[in-house]
Amino acid sequence: MDPAILFLILTTAVKIVVFTFIFTLPIIAYSTYAERRVSSIIQDRVGPNRVGIPLTLFGAKKDIPFAGLLQPLADGLKAFLKEDLVPAHVRKFFFWIAPALTAAPAFLCICIIPFGSSITVFDQPVKLVIADIDAGPLFVFAIASLSVYGITFAGWASNNKYSFLGGVRSCAQMISYEISLGLSLIPVLMVFGQLNLSDIVHSQAENGWTLLPLWNEHGSVFDAAYWQNCTEQWLLMIPLTISFIIFTTSIFAETNRMPFDLPECETELVGGYHTEYSSMKFALFFLGEYAAMIVGSAIIVTLFFGGWSLGFGLDTAISNMALGGLLHILIFLTKVIAFVIFFIWVRWTVPRFRYDQLMKLGWVVFFELALVNIFITAGIIMLLN
Amino acid sequence: MNSTPYQAPDTAAKTQAGLDSDYQAETDDLLGEKMVLNMGPSHPATHGVLRLILELDGEIVTKCDPDIGYLHRGDEKIAENMHYNQFVPYTDRLDYLAPLANNVAYTCAVEKLMGWELPPRGQAIRVICCELARIASHMLGVGVCAMDVGAMTVFLYTFTEREKTYNLCEQLTGARFTTSYTRVGGQVRDLPDGFLTSLETFLDECSQTIDEISNLLDRNKIYLKRMIDIGTISADDAITWGMTGPNLRGSGVTRDLRKDNPYLGYENYDFDIPIGENGDCYDRYLCRMEEMRQSIRIIRQVIATLPGGSVNIADSKNMLPAKDKVLTSMEELIHHFIVATQGIEAPAGEVYFGAENPKGELGFYINSKGGGVPHRMKIRSPSFVNLSILSHLMPGHMISDVPAILGSLDFVMGECDR
Repeated sequence: MDPAILFLILTTAVKIVVFTFIFTLPIIAYSTYAERRVSSIIQDRVGPNRVGIPLTLFGAKKDIPFAGLLQPLADGLKAFLKEDLVPAHVRKFFFWIAPALTAAPAFLCICIIPFGSSITVFDQPVKLVIADIDAGPLFVFAIASLSVYGITFAGWASNNKYSFLGGVRSCAQMISYEISLGLSLIPVLMVFGQLNLSDIVHSQAENGWTLLPLWNEHGSVFDAAYWQNCTEQWLLMIPLTISFIIFTTSIFAETNRMPFDLPECETELVGGYHTEYSSMKFALFFLGEYAAMIVGSAIIVTLFFGGWSLGFGLDTAISNMALGGLLHILIFLTKVIAFVIFFIWVRWTVPRFRYDQLMKLGWVVFFELALVNIFITAGIIMLLN
Repeated sequence: MNSTPYQAPDTAAKTQAGLDSDYQAETDDLLGEKMVLNMGPSHPATHGVLRLILELDGEIVTKCDPDIGYLHRGDEKIAENMHYNQFVPYTDRLDYLAPLANNVAYTCAVEKLMGWELPPRGQAIRVICCELARIASHMLGVGVCAMDVGAMTVFLYTFTEREKTYNLCEQLTGARFTTSYTRVGGQVRDLPDGFLTSLETFLDECSQTIDEISNLLDRNKIYLKRMIDIGTISADDAITWGMTGPNLRGSGVTRDLRKDNPYLGYENYDFDIPIGENGDCYDRYLCRMEEMRQSIRIIRQVIATLPGGSVNIADSKNMLPAKDKVLTSMEELIHHFIVATQGIEAPAGEVYFGAENPKGELGFYINSKGGGVPHRMKIRSPSFVNLSILSHLMPGHMISDVPAILGSLDFVMGECDR
């Protein structure tokens, strides 16, 4: 076999394993922990702070609590060991396939996210993205819209009126918000002129982040050289900020997070579409929701906040370092975690929308705003050229 | 592959029992376009064991049929078999979110039958009890209503305040939840040492929390969208359905028994009656918030003007005598024995006393033929009457509004079912 292809296959396999199992899955596990800890800080509570190493089991006098950092492991163990109850009245095939259909698309989206710049392995540059395809955001939309099937199937197959209502709601909600999600992204793609996410991040590292172009390769906002090249970027900030707001809000709706968590709102629909699920099937829904949240944060960071770029004009220096790509990964993950905490913060602060208000917001406000925003961007770009 | 058609558990049970007239068949919707949703008796939004049978057209409620009685304990019948003082613990379990206020309302009713009037200090302590209970109850009402529309954090903030009222109750009565503080003719004991200091600390902290909740909710766009013009009760409707308490005042009717029919010396304190304009969920929420502020104002006045003297009436034949005297003097021992075994000697007659409780007018009608037990006692519970409007109020609202309306009506099933 051609050594180049073998090299490509091997590096891709390593990247899949590392990005999925070493970065994403632990972040998912710990975002459930973060959800509980951050919410408890917001609500003046303590939160889970006990699960550590149970040394008392082995005769020691005290456990090591680690501030409850082993809680996700205990939760996972619990989910595996619980009885997997399938009620008699469900449609079994769809009931079984629904959790997988919810979790899989969220994980699939990880493959186009650039985690870092590139590292050199055996004198060959390896980009730190699993699939460096030229259709980045389109791929995300295509895959992410599949996750609606999981929730709809779950609601329908459960043969339960509450689940059914949750499934119907989520179906309508996700389809509606996908439109504003897609439209809000068009201005960003117009500005960058391409769809390849790693190239988008590269150009952000050179010319300044999409939303905070405070520094680029010509220096920071305080340098004269900066203003010779970057005046027009600040004019484009107007439509890009609107894009960011619509995109972030739509991500909230798309991932069924508060204030848009209508499919599972507990006070009306008990558990919504996952009322009848238990054990690992329920955990898969849970996993899917958090994976979607993390992928959503990663895409927001990639498109609007410079992805793996550190800024301050330091990115070239970092890329030239021996393992600078790994440092970039750390920077990227830090940004993603900051956004995940933002997601959590919002959830525990605001009340929930009503179903019709949500649809109205999506179709009347965001859809029109995103549409007008495209024309504004086009106008500004035309003006500048 | 053969499969049996699925039947909901209660339908199956009814079919088995030969009762084929299940609720689904009772609708006039022959085409089957509407869905019947059974909400409760065990459902997060129904705060206990209220069961609503909703008929839905899509997401819109077209018919609502409340089904109550899952918490029925026969309190009124129980009352016929016990002395007046023995029933006090049962009143804790009526509106279990404000047990102190129930204790006061019940004993006031019996005292009206006896024709007694408490000494000023006893009355002032009862006012503190009532207003403390009002704060505790409204804290939960506001918090739960916010939680039902999704603002979980507010609920925990209000519950932190409630926790402090539990501590005060513990200090005052020895119990955190089931207080049983009052007796016919007075209280179990006077205020404990240091109670007023901790009460004042609580009032300061509580006003801060109320302001904090106001900041979180009063102008919150999503909260306003969920609450304004939802569950609107007109003033006429509210009077027709016999609503009382904040639910009535939210509709713009100025009716408060503390002002209109003062008892326990409420006429001596300076406070306002907040009323709403539209009678929607938001107005009821604002009323509750303002009532808490007024309650704090009342308690502060009571603390400032707290009279000295005895807390109980001076009737040695009808009150349990002091323990040291029981053990040393013959006559007191006899009194103790008689009061404990035969109860207080009530005159024949009938009496109704209504108190302005947190949820509305809690009334006790006592029909006595003399002796230590009532011949018949009727409890007019505000939650029961307030809930009667549900079947009139719900149709036309969306299913998401059901928890918001239920939360804003602020009912307690323990009181409704009695």
